[in-house]
Formats: sequence, C-alpha cells, structure tokens
Amino acid sequence: MSEEERNVVAPEQVPVADSIVARFGNALRTDDRDGYEGYVVSVESLKDVATVLRDELGYDYLSSVTGVDYFDEGKIEVVYHAYQTSGGPALNFKVQVDRENPILPSLVSVYPGADFQEREIFDMYGVSFEGHPNLRRILMWDGFAGHPLRKDWQEAYFEEENKPFDSRWPGGDVKRSEAENRFGKNVSYPDEFDIDNWAPEDDSSLYAGLNKSGSNGKKLKTDSLVVNMGPQHPSTHGVFRMVVALDGETITDLQPVMGYLHRNHEKIGERNTFLQNMPYTDRLDYLSSMSNNLGYSLAVEKLMGVDVPERAEYLRVLMAELTRVSNHMWAIGFLLNDLGAFQTPALYAIRARELILDIFEATAGSRMMCNYMRFGGVARDLPDTLRDENTVDFIGDLVNERLPAAIDELDRFLTGNEIVRSRCIGVGVLPADKAIAYSTAGPLLRASGVPYDLRRAEPYSIYDRLDFEVCTRSNGDVYDRYVVRIDEMRESVKICQQVMREIPEEGEIFTGKPQYNVRVPKGESYGRVENPKGELGYYVVSKGKTNPYRYHVRAPSFINLTVLGEMCKGHKVADAVVILGSIDIVLGEVDR
Amino acid sequence: MENELNDPNVPVPDELQSAVTITSLDRIYNWGRRSSIWPMVFGLACCAIEMICTAASRFDIARFGMEVFRATPRQADLMIVSGTVTKKMVPQIVRLFNQMPEPKYVMAMGACASGGGPFKEGYNVVSGIDKFVPVDVYVPGCPPTPQALLHGLIKLQQKIDNQSIKAVRWYGQNASEAVPIPVLGPDLLDPRQHALLAQQAGQPGDSAETLEA
Repeated sequence: MSEEERNVVAPEQVPVADSIVARFGNALRTDDRDGYEGYVVSVESLKDVATVLRDELGYDYLSSVTGVDYFDEGKIEVVYHAYQTSGGPALNFKVQVDRENPILPSLVSVYPGADFQEREIFDMYGVSFEGHPNLRRILMWDGFAGHPLRKDWQEAYFEEENKPFDSRWPGGDVKRSEAENRFGKNVSYPDEFDIDNWAPEDDSSLYAGLNKSGSNGKKLKTDSLVVNMGPQHPSTHGVFRMVVALDGETITDLQPVMGYLHRNHEKIGERNTFLQNMPYTDRLDYLSSMSNNLGYSLAVEKLMGVDVPERAEYLRVLMAELTRVSNHMWAIGFLLNDLGAFQTPALYAIRARELILDIFEATAGSRMMCNYMRFGGVARDLPDTLRDENTVDFIGDLVNERLPAAIDELDRFLTGNEIVRSRCIGVGVLPADKAIAYSTAGPLLRASGVPYDLRRAEPYSIYDRLDFEVCTRSNGDVYDRYVVRIDEMRESVKICQQVMREIPEEGEIFTGKPQYNVRVPKGESYGRVENPKGELGYYVVSKGKTNPYRYHVRAPSFINLTVLGEMCKGHKVADAVVILGSIDIVLGEVDR
Repeated sequence: MENELNDPNVPVPDELQSAVTITSLDRIYNWGRRSSIWPMVFGLACCAIEMICTAASRFDIARFGMEVFRATPRQADLMIVSGTVTKKMVPQIVRLFNQMPEPKYVMAMGACASGGGPFKEGYNVVSGIDKFVPVDVYVPGCPPTPQALLHGLIKLQQKIDNQSIKAVRWYGQNASEAVPIPVLGPDLLDPRQHALLAQQAGQPGDSAETLEA
C-alpha cells in the first residue's frame, strides 16, 4: 500500500486547546511515533492533565485504560482513551514508566471507572497505582507468580514468541504439550518455590476490606455476616463470585471477585497472527459473536486502511443487529429467571433466538461462534436457501413478522406485570453522573438518561445512513434497563428491515484477495462498536509484523461491574441477583 | 448367580403375557437410572449456552428424563463440565465433584473441557478436566451443538445400560475416595504430585519423567 493511501485513513487527531498544551509545557507533548496518535503525559502531571481534560474540555468518559509493555525500550506505557459523552472521537493520552520500577498515580479519584482496569494492569503488568483504594489482583489469584502480560513472562506451555509455531506447520514435529512438561500439566513454578515451607493465601484480606457496619439505631437487632455467592451459583450467569457483607438481609458492602474464566485472550492474542484472533473474539461475549467480530475488524481495518464493500457493510450491520436482538432476548429471559420465574419466561424469550441462530449457522457455519468477518469484508455471502426457504424471504419474514411479534409478546407479558414492576422499579438506581463517572456503557448507561450510543456518537460502518432512535430512560433502575432493552430490540428490528430493503442485491463482499496472513502497518488503533452489552473496544498495536504486538479488549461487561457494589448497597440480598441480571454480564467477556 | 440375575429364563403363562414382563434386575435398575439422569446446574463458559439451548423447547432434553437440573451437587447424577476449566476454578469443580453422591457421572462438553481447546496454551487454563476428575463421556465441538450434546447423553445412557449392579463401584467394599482438592499457589498445585513438587527444580520440560495424573 502506498504512503498516500494510508494518509487518507490516518486516524483523526483530536486537538487539545493550545492554551492547555502551553500550560503544561513539557509535561504534555504530542505522540509523534509513526502511526500513533494522542499525547504523552509525564507521570507527575498525569492527574492534573486528566482533571483538566475532564473539567475544562468535557472529556468526562474514560473508556479504556490499558498497558503495553515496550520491552525493547524498557518502558511500560499506560494508555487512556477518553471521550465526551456529547459525542466525537477519542482523546488518547498515555504515560510511560520504567519497567523495573513501575509506579503511577491512580486516576480512580478523577475517573472512578478506572478502578478495575487499573487493577487489571497491576495484575498483568505489575504497575502499582498510588492512591488506588483496593489495589489487588483481579483476574489471577493473590499469590500467583509473575505478571503474565509482560513480554519476558512465559507460560508453562511456551513454544515460541509468535505463531504459526514450527511444530504446527506441515511436517512439523507435533507433540502434546503435556508430554513436554515435567508435571504433565500446564504448570510451572519459580525456582525458589518450596512446597513444604509454604502456606496458601486465604481470602481474609478480602473479607477484612468489607464494610460491615450497619444496624446502628435500629430497633431490630441484626447480625452482620459475610456471604459468598458463587463462583458456582445458579444466578451469577456463569462463574462469577460476589462477596456480600450483610446486616440482617441488607447489603452493606459487595465486592465482585472474578477471573474464574480468565482464558488469557490477550496473551494468546499476542502470539496469534492478526487473523487467528478473529475466532477468539467470538468467545469473548459468546452471546454476540458477530458484533465482537465487527469491533475487531474495525480496529485492524483502521490500521490497514482497507475499505469494506457496500454489500459487506450491509451484511455486517444485519448480523450485528440480529445479534443485538438475540442478546437482549437472552438478557430479558434470564433477568426473569433471576426474579424467580424459573425457566418459563426464558424459554419464551429464547424461542425467537433460535431462528436468528439458524441464519448465523446457514451463513457462517456455526450457531454461536460465527467467525464471520474479515479485514475488508465478510467471509461468506448469504446462502441461497435456509430451512428449505429462500434466504431473503426467510430473513424478511423474520424481521418483518416473527421478531416484532416475539418482542410484542415479551412486552405484553412482562412490562405491565405487577411482580416485575414491584421487584424492579426503584431497585439498583444509578444516577446519570455516576453512570458516566464509572464508565458504564450500553443499556446500563442509557437507562440512566445518558443518550450515548456509539452508532450515533461516533458512527461506524453505515449507521450514519440508517434511521433509528437512541433509546433512553431517565430513572436508571432495573426496570428502566429492561425497558431500554425492549426498545432497543424494536430499533434493531427497524434497522434490519431497512437493511433488507436497501442491501445491494449483487456485489463484492470482500476487498482484495483473501489472505491467510495479513501484514498490518505499524501503529496503534482503537476500534469500538456498540455491542449489545455496551461499548466494546479493541486496542491493537502493530509493529508491522504479522502478529499484533498488543491486543487488548475493552470489555463492557467487565467495566460495567465496577459500579455493581455501589448499586447494591442498601438493598436486600435477593435484589443483588436482580441488579446483576440487569447489568447483563457474560463471563467470557468479564474475565477474557 | 449371574445368569439368575441377568437372564431370567422364566416362562410367563399365556394368560399373563399382556400383564407381566419378566426382566433382569440389571435391566430394570439401569432403565430407571438412565431415564432420570439429573444434571447439575453448572455452566462454565460458552458451552453452557448450548447446554441451556438443549434444555429449551426446541431440543427438549426432557425427552430423555434429564430436564431436572439441580443447583446442588448433592442431588445431581451428572456433572456436565460445559466450558473452559481454569486454574482458578478447578478447586471448586473438584469440590463439587466430591460432593456429588454415587452413582455419579462426568461429561466433558466441548474442546476446552476435553483437553484445553483453543485456550490450551493459556497460563490459567487446565488442559482438560480429566487431569483431575474421571470423565465418562467426551463431547467434541466448540461449542458442541445441542444435537452433539444429546448424542453424548445417549452415549452415557448406553454406558449405564452396560453396567452391572454386581460390579459397580458404589456397592463395592471400597467406597470411592474423594479427589484431593488442588490448591492455588504460585501456580496450580496438585496434592497428588506433592512428592514431585517437593523435589521440583523449577524448569518445565527439563525432564521427560512425568507423574500419572
């Protein structure tokens, strides 16, 4: 690709007012590395810069915080992406710190949404954040040896830095990794480890940090106790654990504990080639694999500078919106499960989902793990027939008749239902300012009255041409989140109807020649989409090779959980289950 | 004795043919068990979604008498390990397995539970649940479709059909022992490998000698 073509799609540089750049002098400079954008801030002025950005320039929403280990330069870089909730592109600022002694000021006091993300960087890179209220490991357990995402840290089954590994090429010497390991398992221990003089760490420090005060001045004497819900619990939507401090039945503190499904997406992603990561994105939020594909494609396409053909854009939007419907169906069905209506509403809700999965299976080859999108298009066109019907007729019938009927059915059964209303209205209230400060996204944010939807705030694909509303509600409680989901399904169906009307009947679905190993120009990119659960972002750093140097996922479910404890305080323990259900998490994405 | 139990060569009088069936004790015992396998509500990852779909109306697991998902291991017959087993989770899985009463069965659903799957090389991933608990049926797929899961359940039924009340371990002299629960240390510690751990030299792959898992 020529230099000119790349300039056309160069990422937008967001200008910071000159006066502010001047005020910070050397502490704030433009990032001039090839293919990079944004600003580099000095460690000392990080907090001041963040405060000014938030208060004077309106960058009130901190979307993503992540680290990159620049091993050759001896630096760890922490990258922040901030946005204005009024819309527009990102302001990207970073701070560099010595690998050997990484200490940074915490931004939790400026952006509370940085809480879990800073803990993740601490866990994965060993960066200490001074002033963080609860700096503990989040994905791995306390006592685990090493910080896995550091470039010099190797897993027990380490073969080579980058794929494809020699052993897996044709003619390669394929061995089971277990046979290579002394313990026959995926484990390795530090040299100095001595099992006979070692004691496991328990959870006492976790329990000690809980606020157990309550019941002062009440007539009824109640006990305070700590209850563990999960990781094996039918209402936690997977392997999620909540440590709840109770006063009687009232929650005084709640601490989410995660990592029970930490599958090392990012470490594996840095070994994989760019394309090999596509099927892994399916397994993040495994209920919405199509939109996960879209986000990752956007991030890499930004770096590569390829355009997507018209028909492929329509197909992408069609699949992403069908995903939204199926995801919200699932979310509502299982919210009702959490309310105690065991299974029956869920069975109704996922009936229509099966029809959508039929489309995915016929088109992409798999019901759930679609692996459908490619850099510059999609993998396959729609098949001619589906369930012995013409595919276009089948989809047309689905989006014009069956899905609207299914949504109306849910609406009729649930929206006015007395039990749903009395259990949901006024429960788990999240005010708008808090929702923004905690970086919540998706229906959780919009139910609090913030009309922030990436499809409108920073349109991607062909959303700027489509007619749909951003659904918001004002109370920010569990009920409003439910209603926002119902409304969003209707808007998604509306988008699908437009797509089926306007999609070009013929046309390319892929730009260029399909390649098994794409070479991506140097640089960084942040691609984000409005996933059913909120803003899904991919931060990709390329060094011009066939493998990403850094691959980070900004997972909406993970960051939405930051505010869970706040929302649950003061409610009864049974409501914690409902509030968790209303956030709609998927553990594949929370733990990655 | 064996023939007496399993080959009931007892003629039924003509007038009772429509009302009486004579079968073997094994067959009636296994018929009852295979038609009422209660799985545990136990979802780990993506595969759990397909497991729920299998239980839903379209695929209808109730046809096999298996729709009674129990949230407690004390009432469950079958643990469907539906998803990636991580090191952080495996102590809980082993504990749940130990809490299940006999007769109990384990199904490894999907590539991850069978052998680590696409995440095998990950530092927090266990290379298959069979490293810790005995598995009866492996279901391939990522995730297995509901049809594949049903096929796995039918295979389990066939396995039950072939068991004999005289040979099964839960009526034997030695009751099955609990699996030692792994511990989270600098990496996952398996108590069964204590001796090897005590003399460990740190480097994985420096010795071809491995212990039986």
